[in-house]
Amino acid sequence: MNYFVLGVNHKTAPVQVRERFAIPESRLPEALGKLTSMDGIEEGMIVSTCNRVEIFARSQNGTCDLQQFVREYFGFQTGEFEPYIFQHEKLEAVKHVFRVASSLDSMVVGESQILGQVKEAYAIARAVGTVNSQLDQLLTRAFAVAKKVRSETTIASNSVSIASVAVDLAEKIFGSLQGKSVYLVGAGKMCELAARHLIAHGASKIYVGNRTFDRAVTLAQKFEGEAIPFERLYDTVPWADIVISSTGAPHAIFRKEHGEKFLHVRKNRPMFFIDIAVPRDIDPALNDLDGIFVYNIDDLQQVVQSHLGDRKKEAVRAEAMVEEEVRKFEARAQTAEVVPTIVSLQQHLETLRQAELDRVRGRLGTLTPEQEIAIETLTRGIINKIMHTPITALKASARDPEATTVIDVVRKLFNLRPQPVEKPPASSGGDAAAQKPAAQADSEAESPELARQTQK
Amino acid sequence: MPLLWLRVATVLYGVGLIHAMLMLRQRGERSGRIAAPAVGLGIVFHLVSLVETACLFGYAELVTIRQAESALALLIALIFTGMFLRYRTATPAALIFPLIFLLTFASAISHNPVGITRSSLYSGWILFHVSTLIFGYAMLFLSFVGSLLYLVLMRQLKRKQQPSWAARMPALQVVDEWGYKALLLGFPFMTIGLITGSVVAEEKFGAGFISDPKVVLSLLMWAVYLTLLYTRWSAGWRGRKAAYLASVGFVVAVCAWGANYLSKLHRFVAP
Repeated sequence: MNYFVLGVNHKTAPVQVRERFAIPESRLPEALGKLTSMDGIEEGMIVSTCNRVEIFARSQNGTCDLQQFVREYFGFQTGEFEPYIFQHEKLEAVKHVFRVASSLDSMVVGESQILGQVKEAYAIARAVGTVNSQLDQLLTRAFAVAKKVRSETTIASNSVSIASVAVDLAEKIFGSLQGKSVYLVGAGKMCELAARHLIAHGASKIYVGNRTFDRAVTLAQKFEGEAIPFERLYDTVPWADIVISSTGAPHAIFRKEHGEKFLHVRKNRPMFFIDIAVPRDIDPALNDLDGIFVYNIDDLQQVVQSHLGDRKKEAVRAEAMVEEEVRKFEARAQTAEVVPTIVSLQQHLETLRQAELDRVRGRLGTLTPEQEIAIETLTRGIINKIMHTPITALKASARDPEATTVIDVVRKLFNLRPQPVEKPPASSGGDAAAQKPAAQADSEAESPELARQTQK
Repeated sequence: MPLLWLRVATVLYGVGLIHAMLMLRQRGERSGRIAAPAVGLGIVFHLVSLVETACLFGYAELVTIRQAESALALLIALIFTGMFLRYRTATPAALIFPLIFLLTFASAISHNPVGITRSSLYSGWILFHVSTLIFGYAMLFLSFVGSLLYLVLMRQLKRKQQPSWAARMPALQVVDEWGYKALLLGFPFMTIGLITGSVVAEEKFGAGFISDPKVVLSLLMWAVYLTLLYTRWSAGWRGRKAAYLASVGFVVAVCAWGANYLSKLHRFVAP
């Protein structure tokens, strides 16, 4: 449970500070190497994105000075960066990692990028070998929690940008956008962005109409679309299913009578008008026509706002889920500390029993099967009676912060080998039970016996 | 026994109906878990009831009004299930289940079935007439549901506010396609059904059958059907106009169906 987190993010530091912390991907391995070479730091990984630079670490002895790493690595003066950083340790650190991965700590709560970024950072740290046992478990769990939050809440299900809301609406009207055509009226930036989103969702044909024909041609080339002279606007607009308008015209260029004509030409097939011009290009009366749907910039913004509101509500549920997962993680980690000791205690006593049996067997002579069974039962019974109290104590201590003390005492009393909390045993040799890394101890599939042991 | 199965099916459809109503008020989360299995089971019992009827009394029994109502309900329930599995949306249930329930209910409580002379010379033709028309009715009803849904979706998109149940709805154009396909598919069946009916009636009753209320309403229904198709082909009518016309079609269809109880000729009692 000796996890630590230190970092800067969009909540604690402005961009001019964050950018000084940023570590490009190419330099991450080197930074990770430096991090884990620090005193007391066993494992570490670094997440560096535009909104956050965070160091996750695990120490052996329960303390680690991540601030010193920051000072040394970035060459900061004392007092220069402290006001901007945040630090968490132990359970708070676990919770923080879960929240980051679940996108609860993001600027736009519920956005999906952060999970990918954390996964990337994790992959790099794993490749370098600075994440290998307990930090590995923490991150694996964090990814599972993030998945659970995404699937069991609707935190990420609604779009929260103008362009993606426009795509959603288009899909609500047309179903799939496959094969749908888009008409850009005006060659502005917003037009281009919205068109890009629509194309990404399958829209195939792009028409561009602009007062300056050259600009229409340039934009059309970007999308392999067709530039159309502005004079032919009203004849050609009905070709398109989706019309995005953003001209600088001082008054509406599409009025109700145009809409009626378009619908007639299109045999009433629906049309979706997106008006991102201010002043508006499209007369709102167009929206009264059956089959024409007009959304202006405010309408889109309103959808965005209501979705953001929904996300906030869902975030409350998600936070509760994270709390619950942190509790589970804690319980599991403590059990995982206890299990190897229980197993090696059992193995140790079983070895003693076998050795003693072998020793006296010669003196006993030939035994009937009944006698064999009786001896087996007797010796096993004694061992179990002896083991009962220490195992009960160990299990009880799993729920206790003093687990390590009890483990140490039991190990000393029975002269068991030291517990392998370190790097997982890639090499062979040693006793099999003690070798089980903690990661496997809680997995029922891999060691049913252990799992049974941990149950009441 | 078939009647018992049918009554069990009615109760199960009732569960589906209650769930559909709760869903409209955004409260169907818990009832959803039992509604789908209940409706599935209802369909099975319903099928058993029809098959058993056919086995016990012969196919001719199926053309009584009671059994025809039952068969129409089953057909609509089956199509709805298909749509539910394909599109994962149960929203049309709010429109479809009242009818399914009503038809099965009416069929399940009628103690005095309008009988057919079992020895009728024309029973093969009549069976054909009834089954094609049942299919035609089902399709007409579905296209009516489609145009109503289209109207609801269109209003929402225009009002720019989406209630949460709308999020699970299929897209406007998908609903439009359903309605249109149902029209296209149903029309030939309805036409053939009416023609066979007329031929048989002419043979039996002579030219006078044409003035029977059932026949008049059926022809009117067919005309509305044709108009729906024509306006769709030529002008691409959708939305409000199409929904109004489809509503007229639905009302006429209900009247034509209900006329079974009024008509003297259409009781299939041999003169």
